[in-house]
Amino acid sequence: MVYFWVGIAGFLGASLRYLIGVWLMDADMIFPFSTLTVNLVGSFLLAWFTFKLVHQWSLSSKWKTAIGTGFVGSFTTFSTLSVDTVTLVNRGDAWLGVLYIFVSIVGGLLLSNLGYSLSRKGGVV
Amino acid sequence: MTFSLLHLLLVGAGGFIGAIGRFAISQFINNKFTYALPIATLVVNLIGSFFLGILIGAGIGDKLLLFLGTGLLGAFTTFSTFKLESIQLHVDKKWKLLVLYNTISYGVGISLAFIGFWIGKALG
Repeated sequence: MVYFWVGIAGFLGASLRYLIGVWLMDADMIFPFSTLTVNLVGSFLLAWFTFKLVHQWSLSSKWKTAIGTGFVGSFTTFSTLSVDTVTLVNRGDAWLGVLYIFVSIVGGLLLSNLGYSLSRKGGVV
Repeated sequence: MTFSLLHLLLVGAGGFIGAIGRFAISQFINNKFTYALPIATLVVNLIGSFFLGILIGAGIGDKLLLFLGTGLLGAFTTFSTFKLESIQLHVDKKWKLLVLYNTISYGVGISLAFIGFWIGKALG
């Protein structure tokens, strides 16, 4: 049954990612802003959520898996990041591709670490 | 691609399948093997990058791309779990594994997307 809830959460996470893509459609013509946004926001959320909800709010493992693996896992994406880079290189914007990867590497780690630290210190909520 | 309810449902349906697929693979791998690297996330991210490269290279239609690309492969792969696992390696002071995990994910992932793109272009 947990598979079903992971699927439902995946439905919602992917849909929300798509809506943000529609919202940032014009900006995406220049640079993959929408994928970068969902990936950075999701990195913060998953790290924050994983420690906060599991250790302090003692959420059941079914909910943890549905929200973390299903929703946030599907909200963020790696395949689009890889292919975005290919697209940037193919259209002659290799340096934008390098910048994109750099921001994804560093920004993702910083935001994930921030989420982790905040939840451990009892910050935010 | 403009918004429509059909497009949203195509993405969601793909996301439903992709998320279950990723969860099933992680359950299977984590129950059977123990690796120093988070191999399950690595596997889905590399496979997904390769196949999305094929779809983009082949230039499939908008609706199919929303279902298979944005929805299914988008949800099958994940960035947030990859980052959280990296932070866990950092917290455990396993820095060599952290660098290895990131190098393989980005290096091989983008290379496979390129190879997939060329294959897709040849097929399409």
